[in-house]
Formats: sequence, C-alpha cells, structure tokens
Amino acid sequence: MPDVIDADLVETILDMAHHDVLPRGACIEAMKIVQDRYGWICDRHLKQIADLLGMSLADIDGVATYYNLIFRQPVGENVIMLCDSVSCWVMGTDGVREKLCRKLGVKMGQTTEDGKFTLLPIVCLGHCDHAPAMLINKEIYGPVRPEDIDGIIEAHREKTS
Amino acid sequence: MSYTAKDPEKRPLLALVDQASPPDVAAYERGGGFRGLRRVLAGMSPAEVVEEVQKSKLRGRGGAGFNTGLKWSFVPKETQKQRKKYIVANGDEMEPGTFKDRMLVEGNPLQLIEGMIIAAYAIQATHGVIFLRGEYHLGLERLKIAVEQAKAAGFLGTKILGADFDFELIVHPSGGRYICGEETALITALEGRRANPRTKPPFPQVSGLWGLPTVVNNIETFSNVPHILANGIDWYLGLSACDDGGTKLYGISGRARRPGVYELPLGTRMGVLLEECAGGMQDGYKLRAFLPGGASTAFLGAEHADIVMDYATPEKAGSRLGTGLAILLDDRASPIGMIRNLEHFFAQESCGFCTPCRDGLPWVEKLLIEIDEGRGTPDDIARLEDAARLIGPMGRTFCAHAPGAIAPLASGLKLFREDFERLVAQGRPSEGASPAQGHAA
Ligand SMILES: Cc1cc2nc3c(=O)[nH]c(=O)nc-3n(C[C@H](O)[C@H](O)[C@H](O)COP(=O)(O)O)c2cc1C
Ligand code: SF4
Ligand code: FES
Repeated sequence: MPDVIDADLVETILDMAHHDVLPRGACIEAMKIVQDRYGWICDRHLKQIADLLGMSLADIDGVATYYNLIFRQPVGENVIMLCDSVSCWVMGTDGVREKLCRKLGVKMGQTTEDGKFTLLPIVCLGHCDHAPAMLINKEIYGPVRPEDIDGIIEAHREKTS
Repeated sequence: MSYTAKDPEKRPLLALVDQASPPDVAAYERGGGFRGLRRVLAGMSPAEVVEEVQKSKLRGRGGAGFNTGLKWSFVPKETQKQRKKYIVANGDEMEPGTFKDRMLVEGNPLQLIEGMIIAAYAIQATHGVIFLRGEYHLGLERLKIAVEQAKAAGFLGTKILGADFDFELIVHPSGGRYICGEETALITALEGRRANPRTKPPFPQVSGLWGLPTVVNNIETFSNVPHILANGIDWYLGLSACDDGGTKLYGISGRARRPGVYELPLGTRMGVLLEECAGGMQDGYKLRAFLPGGASTAFLGAEHADIVMDYATPEKAGSRLGTGLAILLDDRASPIGMIRNLEHFFAQESCGFCTPCRDGLPWVEKLLIEIDEGRGTPDDIARLEDAARLIGPMGRTFCAHAPGAIAPLASGLKLFREDFERLVAQGRPSEGASPAQGHAA
C-alpha cells in the first residue's frame, strides 16, 4: 500500500468535495473509493482524506468507525458478510455460521491466516425471501445451507488464487 | 399465478419491474412511463400536483404512514430560483425482514426517478439525492445507469421537457448503518457527519439537508407518484381495498412455502398474503405469531392470521403495518430466541445519542441472553417488563429507534409469557431456531 493516495483518486475526491455544499459531504464516498483500491482505510490515508476535506482526524475517524462498510483494519481478499438478522435466524443462519467458522478456521470478525477470507456478521441484507443470506464481496447468495459452504468457498479460493 | 401476473391496471408498481434486465427509457415509455411527468410539465402548477397527490391518499411506505401530499405542502412555497431545496429518496432499507425497495431499484429504477422528478417539481426542488444502502451493489449500478439515461433523454438537467424547470439527481451509497434510515439521521449522514438523528422541530421540510427545505420519502412512496399523475385520483383510490389509496408491496419471510414480495390492494388480508401468495406454511411448521411489518413492529398472535393489512387495523390490534413485509415465527422456533435476535440488532444499531436507548437496549439484550441460555430468574422477566415500560413510550428518546426496539419485546412478553416462565423455571437453554434446510420447493 502506498504512503499517499494515488493522484487520480485525490483528483476525484477534490472534485466530489467541490460539488458538495461543504467538502465534508463527500467524506463517505471518498473513504469508499480509497477502500475500493487499497482494501481498507489506514491511518495515513485517513489523515490525507481529512486534510483534503478540511476535517480533523478525530472528526473523520468518528464518521469512519460509525459504519459497517468502512474498514479501519486490513481485511482479506474476500469479505464474507453473513446475515444474522431475524428472518435469516428463523431460517437457520446459526448453522451456516458454524459451518463457515469451521471451514475457514476463524471466528466471526477474523481473517484467515492466508489472508484470503474475512468473515463478518451483517444485518438484514434485504434478501429475506432467500434466507439465510450472505454477501461475498459484491455477490449475494441465498438460501445458503451449511452443505453449500464448501463449494462456495472453494470457488472463491480458486478465483483469487 | 394471478397474484403475480403483470398487470399495469391492478399492479402498477411491479408492472414493468424486471429484475433480470430493467427497462431502459424507451421500454419504460412504451410501458406508459413518463406520462405522469409529461402531464405535470404540460401545464400543472406545483400546487396542483401537491393537491392531487394529497387527495390520492398516498401514505408514506417507509413505516410511519404520513400522507405524502400533506408532507410536501409543509415546504415553504418558493420557486426554484428563490431558494435551493432538496428531494431525498430513502433507500436505506435496513429494517430486518424488509426487501421491497431493493426490488424497485433493481427492477425499474426509472419509475423511482420519475416519481422524484414530479416531487421535485411539486416542491420546486433543484437537487435530488437517492440514498441507497451500501450493500445494494446491483441496485447502485442500475440506478447510476438509469440516471444517466434519464439525463441523456432530457428528463434530468436544465429546462426539462422544455419547461422552466431544472433538476439534478445523484445517488449516494450509504456507509451502512440502520439508523441512517431515520430521516434526520439520513440527512446528517449526507452532510458527512456521524449520522445521529436530530430533534424535531424543525422538520426537514423547513430545515433539512444543509439547512435547506428537504422532503424525504421512501422509495416505494416515490414509485407510486408517476401512476397517480398519469391515471388520476379516482383510479388510484380505486386500486385500494381500504380508505387510503393505492396498492402496497407486501411480503412474507420465514417458514412459508414461497416467501417473496407481492403487490396487492392496500388493505389486503394477511390470510391472502400467507396462504395464497406465499403458499402457506412449509410442511411440518405451524404459524405461531408474526411481526406484520418489519422488526420494529409488535408481534401479533396466530389468531390475527387473517387481519386486514391496512394502516388502521394492525394498530387497533396493538401493532403497526410498518413496512408491510411480515416475518413469521413458526411453532418450532423459540420465541425467546427470536426476541433475543431482534434486541441484539436494536442494541447494536443504537446510535448512542440518548441514554435510555444506548444503555437500556444492551441491558435488555443481556437479560434475554440469560433467560435464553437457561440462567434467567423470575426477577429478570420483571426487569424486562420495567425496561419495556421505561424505554418504550414515544418521547423518551430522540428518535423512534427505541420505541421500535421495544415493540417486539413488550408484545412478546405478553404473548409468550408461558415460554419465558418455563425457560426460567427449567433452567435449560431454549431450542433456538429450527436448523437450516432452505425452502421447500
Ligand atoms: C430507526 C428508524 C429507521 C428507519 N428506516 C427507514 C428506512 O430504511 N427506509 C425508509 O424509507 N424509512 C425509514 N424510516 C422512516 C423515516 O424516518 C421516514 O419516516 C420515511 O423515510 C419517510 O418516508 P415516507 O413518508 O415516504 O414513508 C426509519 C425510521 C426510524 C425511526
Ligand atoms: S433513540 Fe437510540 S437511535 Fe434514536 S437518537 Fe436515541 S440513541 Fe440514537
Ligand atoms: S434477515 Fe437476513 S436478509 Fe433479511
């Protein structure tokens, strides 16, 4: 990861900031495009975004840590988000979670040693008619049964190997 | 099947929805799209549009059910040139058990966009934002394409359809937090701050985004608007089976044979939704109770399985229509486990701004864990009742998050009293949910 954010992203951020009423209005999208490129938001990049948008570091970190989808720690190449909300609970998300943890050898919130997968809980994915539901990167899955997990994980392992 | 067949006369909202490939501008227009907007810009005044929407008795589909035209009428009556104003679509959709707005943005984004343009004209807004939850990657992609198409075809930008009316629309993907669905929190989020709700008044219609007049409506609400303007008040009132206007996107999740979203007259009975649309319960499961409209509505017992799903009737029964998408509790899942799951969600999603919610909900969750895992005492049940009594009433907290959180708890304590007492007496963990086995085909 570079010390400073790539110039093209800086330009996009400044452009977004310029179009908002106050530059800070662009902070979530700015963090998102930086995260899209580097995987997560490190302290140096956060400070740089804060400077670009005229915010203090504490202020922008308060915003960053407010949200599910902004990562302030490194994550794996694939981020798995398993829905733990009510419809998925009724339909058996607990069994899927156990299977995922066993398969990957991690607990919820952890990343596999090879850096391939991070496993996170997420609230209702709006896919409750296909519960239990799960999001891997930008792809939605459901209904997911414990016996589907091996196949899904191996397919992603191959894609990113 | 007759309940899902495409029918623009009876089911306008889903008539052109195609989740595999949403209509482009040409297909949308062939299907009747932009007729409403054309009529508006061909000679209606903003006040006439507001009045027509108000008389159509369209009520907000985001949960609170406020008359949409009436809400628009609170915006100061100034032209576009006199003051900048905002139209905001609430597409946060993070209420557990709710999956209707996703279908509308993925399947027919232009319908939403047309509704927003008409609303913008009605309140003379210059700028619009679609606030979409961050996990809706496909919806985001399709909305962005649809906005570009609408712009290229002259429905967005300056001098729209040759009228003296400009409107610019952008899409904002959320960072992901349930409270962003609360309209004042959503506005705060758009300003790049921690998305805590704000006290009302002032209401957003007077002082909203960046302190300017702002109307926030749900995605389904906006999607109704083109049809009202295209087909008129009487037609719209005629769609409904109750006093309010229009159809509603209803839904079922849980152990039904065919969970899903169905568009039906507002005021359709729950029995029609569950038995005919969703195909009834899966084999081996019986309905025990349900949350009629999302996680923040109170449980109704199986004796209400044929309740009229309008705005008034669930309220009389002690619950709310909410989002209109019901979550089923079957006889093989533990009601305590389900309430524990719900309160975990609400405790986690509290924004932390006010004490009863920030401190009270985690306390509630802790008590429920104790009881669910067989370590509870009779005193714990009494403590839960205290918490419900103290946190639940509107007005004790800055926003409706806490009252919403308490609704399933307070109703559950009454409805499942025996389950609570048995768990406490036997000192063994509850059985949890029945194991994952997907849906019966
Ligand atoms: C905690 C909380 C979460 C909410 N989430 C949503 C949501 O995801 N989508 C929505 O449209 N309204 C949501 N609302 C309701 C909004 O505050 C607001 O009433 C609604 O967007 C107004 O639109 P409508 O009049 O078209 O329903 C939520 C309210 C609360 C208190
Ligand atoms: S009720 Fe809860 S979510 Fe609403 S403002 Fe208070 S702490 Fe925040
Ligand atoms: S509860 Fe899991 S997708 Fe809605």
